Amino acid sequence: MVSEPLFRLSDVHFAYDSGRPVLTGADFTLHAGDRVALTGSNGAGKTTLLHLMVGLLKAQAGRVEAFGRPRIHEKDFMEVRPRAGLLFQDSDDQLFCPTVAEDVAFGPLNLGKSRAETRMIVRHTLARLGLDGFENRVTYKLSGGQRRLVALATVLAMNPEVLLLDEPTNALDAETRARLISILAGLPQAMIVISHDEGLLARVAQRWTRLERGRLVES
Amino acid sequence: MNTSASNSAPCASVSIDLPALQKEHPGEFRAREPWLARVDGRLRLVVCGLFALTVVGLTQIPPLLTALALAGCAAMTARLELASTLRRMAALDGFMLFVLFFLPFTIPGEAMFSLNGMAASYAGVLRAIEILLKANAVLLMIMALLGSMEPIALGHAMARLRLPLKFVHLFLFTVRYIEVLGREYRRLRTAMKARGFRPRCDPHTWRSVGYLFGMLLVRSIERAERILAAMRCRGFQGHFHLMTEAAPVDWRDYAFAGLSVTAACALIALESVHW
Repeated sequence: MVSEPLFRLSDVHFAYDSGRPVLTGADFTLHAGDRVALTGSNGAGKTTLLHLMVGLLKAQAGRVEAFGRPRIHEKDFMEVRPRAGLLFQDSDDQLFCPTVAEDVAFGPLNLGKSRAETRMIVRHTLARLGLDGFENRVTYKLSGGQRRLVALATVLAMNPEVLLLDEPTNALDAETRARLISILAGLPQAMIVISHDEGLLARVAQRWTRLERGRLVES
Repeated sequence: MNTSASNSAPCASVSIDLPALQKEHPGEFRAREPWLARVDGRLRLVVCGLFALTVVGLTQIPPLLTALALAGCAAMTARLELASTLRRMAALDGFMLFVLFFLPFTIPGEAMFSLNGMAASYAGVLRAIEILLKANAVLLMIMALLGSMEPIALGHAMARLRLPLKFVHLFLFTVRYIEVLGREYRRLRTAMKARGFRPRCDPHTWRSVGYLFGMLLVRSIERAERILAAMRCRGFQGHFHLMTEAAPVDWRDYAFAGLSVTAACALIALESVHW
């Protein structure tokens, strides 16, 4: 028996302005354990696709199913977002709390975890990414690489079933990039990775998909 | 909002890594840290408010000079850097002098001197000096008590004092993103310079600077939208949870509170004396 897919997008259409459609009938399925590389030229709509999956943007036509249920309204997606952790391209967008600990705690606290539990999660998550002792660091004083790792920690702290990674190794130095790749390769979650970084995709992805003229093509 | 942010940004760069460093080398930092820096943030906020309220109520020169001296003592205890402190006070005084210049001419009373046929009164000059002293005393105290604090610690202190949460978050967001926006501004500015832009007094300059600020605004709005999106991805539904714990109150805090109340009473007593 084939298990229910985590995500299923069928015939999704989307345009920021009606003259220039971004997605024109995109179909995509993500199963548990899938690790998909999402490639495509600049402006092809890769980020748009991820944002549609968690309801930050709404498809103008087509169907978005997540975790076995169709998702249409904001309320449907509120349940999807903690389960599908989205890592943003620019970590400055993601880290808005003064300190690292507060930023990592933001998600779990929103999910209704107690303070004691949250403190445990924060410590555990930071330790997992080799960020022990970063709790009281001030987010805007971190280096670009540290910021990316902390942003990943804020996503992982919610214990998502799927990771949606938007150019995770973009603008990282070689050392941090290698560290991030080995972290990502060791994570159990299903993933969609947007990247132009061949090295990353070779290590992490099992399946390659290309976004071309508004549709997804398996390659 | 703007003033508090631009005031706090420069101190941020000086003092921001203190807690992290303290964590790593607890013993070493104890000795070098000023006494005042370890007084509870909430207490410093309250004392600042108390001082400002008291000083605003003073009307005579001797108690006002005393207040300024008290603020000076606090600034020394906080080990404020002399140059930057004077620079900030000069910025305030430059503005104040401009405003106060007209005061002697508008308050009636015995003429002190006359300028271009307009008489400046003794009462007016006295009032101007009074306002100048008040502003400087309060500013100096704010810099000593609040400016020496990490902006984030100040935000947390405000939250723990149960100040309106919207205000606290506005403050913390400003602290967090002012540097990001500053970076964006500098990037745009450098890009302009790289293409030979030199500010002149012509329509091209005005238009370009207009574009620069317009672009900065658009980018800020877009960033705000992305930040909100990222927050929604992490389950944000309009409620913030601050994960802060107040440090236990110790003898230092009691001593500081006692000292402050005594000082405020002394100022009021001085005011009630007829000089």
